[in-house]
Amino acid sequence: MTPFIRIRNVTRRFGDVLAVDDLSLDIDRGELFCLLGASGCGKTTLLRMLAGFERVDSGSIEIDGIDMAAVPPAARPVNIMFQNYALFPHMSVADNIAYGLRRAGLPKPEIVARLEELLRLVRLDGMGGRKPHQLSGGQRQRVALARALARRPKLLLLDEPLAALDKKLREDTQFELVDIQERLETTFIVVTHDQEEAMTLASRIGVMDAGRLVQVDTPRTLYDRPCNSFIADFLGTVSFLEGVVASVNDGSIMVDGPVPVTAANPGGFAVGDVVRMAVRPEKIALGPEARGAINEIPVTVEDLAFTGVATNYRVIGPEGVRLKLTQPNRRGEAASLEWEQQGFVSFDPADVVLLRD
Amino acid sequence: MNRGVSWPALWLGIIGFGILYVPVMVMVVYSFNAGRLVSVWAGFSTKWYGELMQNDQVLEALGKSLWVAVNAATLSTVFGVLIALAFVRYGNFRFRLLLSALASTPLVMPEVVTGLSLLLLFIAMEGFLGWPAGRGLDTIIIAHTTFGMCFAAIVVQSRLRDFDMSIEEAAADLGATQPFIFFSITLPVIAPAVVAAWLLAFTLSFDDLVIASFVSGPGSSTLPIVVFSKVRLGVTPEINALATIMIALVAASVITASIIIYRNAAGRVATTQKGSQP
Ligand SMILES: Nc1ncnc2c1ncn2[C@@H]1O[C@H](COP(=O)(O)OP(=O)(O)OP(=O)(O)O)[C@@H](O)[C@H]1O
Ligand SMILES: [Mg+2]
Repeated sequence: MTPFIRIRNVTRRFGDVLAVDDLSLDIDRGELFCLLGASGCGKTTLLRMLAGFERVDSGSIEIDGIDMAAVPPAARPVNIMFQNYALFPHMSVADNIAYGLRRAGLPKPEIVARLEELLRLVRLDGMGGRKPHQLSGGQRQRVALARALARRPKLLLLDEPLAALDKKLREDTQFELVDIQERLETTFIVVTHDQEEAMTLASRIGVMDAGRLVQVDTPRTLYDRPCNSFIADFLGTVSFLEGVVASVNDGSIMVDGPVPVTAANPGGFAVGDVVRMAVRPEKIALGPEARGAINEIPVTVEDLAFTGVATNYRVIGPEGVRLKLTQPNRRGEAASLEWEQQGFVSFDPADVVLLRD
Repeated sequence: MNRGVSWPALWLGIIGFGILYVPVMVMVVYSFNAGRLVSVWAGFSTKWYGELMQNDQVLEALGKSLWVAVNAATLSTVFGVLIALAFVRYGNFRFRLLLSALASTPLVMPEVVTGLSLLLLFIAMEGFLGWPAGRGLDTIIIAHTTFGMCFAAIVVQSRLRDFDMSIEEAAADLGATQPFIFFSITLPVIAPAVVAAWLLAFTLSFDDLVIASFVSGPGSSTLPIVVFSKVRLGVTPEINALATIMIALVAASVITASIIIYRNAAGRVATTQKGSQP
């Protein structure tokens, strides 16, 4: 089966800047795909190429089996929700939403019916007569969403749809967005530079850096099995340990370094390889006594911060090795360790990610 | 002196506005003078307005002026919008700087030069093309358009500069194509500037004397030309009355423009109530 969207070796340069660099990506029908990356890495440029507003210097884009090279924006089965919403300021909410329906030449009664349906979908019933400047930021964002959904596009592009909302509203809207996407079964591509948002929304995430896709995977895989330290560092918090592979067994690898570490064997590593090991903070256990566990390291608490649901520690081990870890706050559990106290950390070999860089 | 009146500022204000408006007010007051002598007050009367209404020459000139001003303003606005679009939208085309300087020279060109050069052009064109046949209202309209459109372009350009391009892209994304996007999205959004440009071009045309005297022909005297020729025979209260009417007309258009611009700017309380009724 050919993928719904097929992006092949697409490049776009602005003067000296390679905004999108030889990028290839397939997206299936009905996916909620997140493009994640730091500011300026080319996310918006890629979306604009899909919508038809940006020239493709080389490479090709196919949507639903049709090459888009010669198709103008108005004729693409794609709608985009702009980063700044781009609502028509002189039109009411209803006229904004109906603009695309009128262009499609739908009969009046159907336009009215769809308008009602869309207003209900984005919970703006009764606000059809308002002008954009009479709405709150969250309401405007929902008008923009309704307007982009009105023509029932096969593909909806959302450029940082929630960036302008405050944290609470953003979390509510994230679930709403997923809900709408599941109900309509439209393919969504959502751009964001907020990794938590990407994790919450996406069925798959593509992480971009300097115009290239570094890794494309499900949120879980990206988090648990990052392919390099850029990804590991970009998604959530992580501690790195350096070392050299000392021995390779069937199930495990021993790594020599400032502290010796045993890791699960992902395959492909040989004795003498220089490796970086990434461990997530919530996978590290901390206690005052040694328990004789694997990967047990004596440490001193350097810093700790109480965040409500958990306490974040920074500890320092032998040879200045620093680790970040998180302990959940549960009632009855002895308050683990305090400032400057000594203790032991340990982590499971399966939770160690071996990286080559 | 936080909330109280700051006296130096007040005096500066009074002097400034005095310099601007005292001459105009003197003229308005004397237009209601009963006597014939301009500088001697002889009681209140509106008789000069009455006489003005009887004066066919003046009424005819007023009609011609309005006709010229409406046409010149409309043409100026159309061309002005096109010029503004070219400069704002088509980015850095070749010779852009040169062209934009050329487009604004008519603003600083002495009117005598503009008038004379247009006169020579019209005469030459008549010789080669047979058009325009003689000089009349048409040539005045063309002449006024040549400088009116520069002013219109400047007014529209400033609005177009902070126009959010992404709303045009949104329209294209929703299935609209170009002439429709311009008329349904761009024009309504820049409408206040377009109206202001029209009113500006209208007033410029309505009170132009110098250029009009060069390119007008027999039987096409506009109001300023008639007024000026009358004044040379001596200022009469009738002229004051006429000037007062012109001031009223110009003031009305300036105020209309301000209201339109104000209504579209930040203060949106009025539209809030209107907009919430479906
Ligand atoms: N029209 C343009 N002209 C010149 N350079 C551009 C243009 N558009 C984008 N760029 C450059 O291309 C690169 C990618 O830009 P893009 O807008 O795609 O980034 P982004 O990932 O969307 O960033 P953000 O998260 O800040 O929105 C940037 O370096 C930017 O400066
Ligand atoms: Mg962007």
